[in-house]
Amino acid sequence: MEVVEKKNKNKKYKPILEDIPDWPVYQLSKNRKEFIEEVAQKSLSRIKELRPTPKQIIDELETTVYREQQRMKRNRWRVDPVDEPKFWGSIKDELVGLTGKPPEETQSKAEELLHRIVWRYANEIAGNFNASSYKVTREIVKFWFARLLNGARVKKFGAFFRNRYSLRDKIHIVGKVKHIRHLATKGTVIMVPTHFSNLDSILIGWVIHSLGLPAFIYGAGLNLFNIKIFAYFMNSLGAYKVDRRKKNLPYLETLKLYSTMAIQKGAHSLFFPGGTRSRSGMIEKQLKLGLLNSTIEAQRNLYIDTPAATDVRKIFIVPVTLNYHFVLEAPDLIDDYLSVKGQDRYLPEQDKYGSWQLIQFLFKFFTKGSNISVSIGRGLDVLGNYVDDDGNSLDAQGRIIDTRDYFISSGQVTVDKQREDEYTRMLSQRIVSEYHRINRVFASHLVAFVAFEMWQKKHPKLDLFGLLRLPEEDQVLEYEEFRETCKRVRKQIYRLKDDDKVYYATHLKGKIDLVIRHGLDNVGIFHLKRPLLINKEGNIITRDFNTLYYYHNRLVGYDLEKFI
Amino acid sequence: MISKSLSDDKPVGVIGAGNFGSVVANLLAQNRKVLLYARDEKVIKRILDTRENRGHIIHGNIEPTNDLADVARKCNVIFPIVPSEHFRSMMRQLSAHLHPYHILIHGTKGFDVTLPAGQSLESITKLNRGQVKTMSEVIMEESVAVRVGCLAGPNLSKELAAGQPAATVIASHFNEVITIGKKLLKNEQFQVYGNNDVVGVELAGVLKNIIAIAAGALSGLGYGENAKGLLVSRGMVEMVYLGRALGGNTKAFLGVAGVGDLVTTCNSSLSRNFTIGLRLAKGETLKEILESTDEIAEGINTVRIAKKCADYYKVRSPITNTLYQVLFEDLTVKQALRYLMRYPLNVDIDFL
Repeated sequence: MEVVEKKNKNKKYKPILEDIPDWPVYQLSKNRKEFIEEVAQKSLSRIKELRPTPKQIIDELETTVYREQQRMKRNRWRVDPVDEPKFWGSIKDELVGLTGKPPEETQSKAEELLHRIVWRYANEIAGNFNASSYKVTREIVKFWFARLLNGARVKKFGAFFRNRYSLRDKIHIVGKVKHIRHLATKGTVIMVPTHFSNLDSILIGWVIHSLGLPAFIYGAGLNLFNIKIFAYFMNSLGAYKVDRRKKNLPYLETLKLYSTMAIQKGAHSLFFPGGTRSRSGMIEKQLKLGLLNSTIEAQRNLYIDTPAATDVRKIFIVPVTLNYHFVLEAPDLIDDYLSVKGQDRYLPEQDKYGSWQLIQFLFKFFTKGSNISVSIGRGLDVLGNYVDDDGNSLDAQGRIIDTRDYFISSGQVTVDKQREDEYTRMLSQRIVSEYHRINRVFASHLVAFVAFEMWQKKHPKLDLFGLLRLPEEDQVLEYEEFRETCKRVRKQIYRLKDDDKVYYATHLKGKIDLVIRHGLDNVGIFHLKRPLLINKEGNIITRDFNTLYYYHNRLVGYDLEKFI
Repeated sequence: MISKSLSDDKPVGVIGAGNFGSVVANLLAQNRKVLLYARDEKVIKRILDTRENRGHIIHGNIEPTNDLADVARKCNVIFPIVPSEHFRSMMRQLSAHLHPYHILIHGTKGFDVTLPAGQSLESITKLNRGQVKTMSEVIMEESVAVRVGCLAGPNLSKELAAGQPAATVIASHFNEVITIGKKLLKNEQFQVYGNNDVVGVELAGVLKNIIAIAAGALSGLGYGENAKGLLVSRGMVEMVYLGRALGGNTKAFLGVAGVGDLVTTCNSSLSRNFTIGLRLAKGETLKEILESTDEIAEGINTVRIAKKCADYYKVRSPITNTLYQVLFEDLTVKQALRYLMRYPLNVDIDFL
């Protein structure tokens, strides 16, 4: 049975820029060659700033070559280009040839080698946005999703070709939609969603399209390009590639400059500031500061490049939360989390899901009643101040702030890295608190949270690991007690909502029995072992404590534990 | 880049023409023009007429003013030095005139408390960090200024005014603020250190007031240096515990603003907090003491707030607790001391 989501305002939005050639991402890909050269030049000079002497550059080159060769030996991927060993081999030879040469000669040669490396990296990173393939992908996705939805849900002959349901019935977009459409015409939008599943990127891609926004560029883990179906989607959606295996300085600088300069050029961007998927199921508390820092840097450069009193293209940060009943990878994510928490051991990046599992999941998703909602937060400037529809930054009293002033010392825009690091920290804290504010509570989150906390309360002496190994006969909760507790916690969630500290899905309201049923039916719906069930006696049991813990974590951080 | 930005000749603002405010203005005036804001027209007139305030001779570079907007307009760097209980309302007035390029370095050692409606500081039983704020946090909450710092350390106004050697700490998350603060304040007799733990330094400066009252009390009972050594070292431990519960790091407490300030205030009969402890030990009640002085001793409120925070965060704080009982309940100083000497905790240092 399904508690119907209130008919939401999910209407179709007109594109804000009609023609793809007007899109910033298209401009970027059209001038791909020049852009890559620019990125390479800038990273070269940045690295020279960081490593001022030829000796240091050569050291850096040696480390880089060594690490790259180790990577190729140990951890090669399908996406890695075939000419890799040759390229690094020749760099190494030339490096060896440098020993004993006079310093003037080594310097220019070392710089040339470095340039070759960063240029190669920039090429690897750069996306391949292609207007026609974007359109094709878009149509394919729309067509097949519609077929799946209608074929499964409209029980009539020929249902397969009906268009009664669309993706908008499965995925609810709530929050500041018009606001973000305004902002995208006024400046550059940086969307920063929470990250729970590998599906997030596709989901967000669809959301962006369906809001009528031009395609965003985003950094996707190179590991995803190993999966062919993903690789196709991402390439056509404007993704650039982030290779987490490469930790050497030239790579990291090139990557950072790529994103900074793309933002500076006005390309709307998307990145997951949590870095990787949340292993615990909690909303991210620690964000990766590097990419956030590049937005601040880009904004500052824009202020430096434009004289005061003229309009500067502003950068807007838009936090987004993705709310699921079900996360495909949950059992593995939580395993990772627990094993790291239990004992500090190395955690390799692995993906057990190939194209087939994904298709299976998508089919289940569309055929059964499990919805996803996407909450769009209010836009922030790069310092974390709210902005209005016209892009003006506002202080707590609603007075307009000139963002340029944050970069000014004694009347001039200055470059102060330490200051910007501090701004980055402030921005990151702000985004985290916005995540908690715009998060949408689902019935499945509620039941998982309540059940887990009730078990915890019944066994106060057990630590997390003890609790997860609770004997089966103790894994039962009386329905009545569970019901009352759910009611209490839900009431507190209402209160939090009144204080503007969280949101909840419309299905959370109404008769508590129905809400609990909806929650139980949906929590981790497609896992082999369900995290929560009702047994024959009508009481609450679990089949998988770990995933229950995972779904429970979604509501950690609101001080709801007191109400158990 | 920062050094270039200092070449400008804009005046520096000081808000609050109290004792410490006047001293800081005088220090700044040795390097720069200073705008000194006072709420009271009479004070401004007096300074203009006599060049004297609170027993300090006011430097010729100082111009007194009654116009907050003017201070914000003319100065990029402002030192707010007003008592903690007026700090927030002052910030609300100033806020409208501030921009993100302003640098604010405050010199107030006290807490700001926001209470739920219908509660008073006396009636509320526990306080948490959501209700108790340091001055830098008040600045950030009330205005768009982000480049915020604080000034703390062993700075007895009278000695500074006499030009005796001393040091201070400027704490800020921003190196820019520290550099500018150093440049503005430093002179041959005055050393300035930097620290990045603003909240830690602020807490050290505030919490030491508690120990200062206790030091006065010991002195009032006629005890000597052994007792004081005991108090300073155990007081230090207690400050660290409280400070950590409230969000500071241990390190700040070991520096100029921590141990430095603590030793100074515990040895100085010049400090107001010390005087209160002294008079308590002589048998006066808090009420009598308060009636006979018009100066604000931040320490009294600090004891009240720190004790309630300690209860909330379950921090062991015997000195603060007994001092609370002496001030607001009817424990005598002698009884308090007897209790403390029998306190069963005897691990020396367990926080490093």
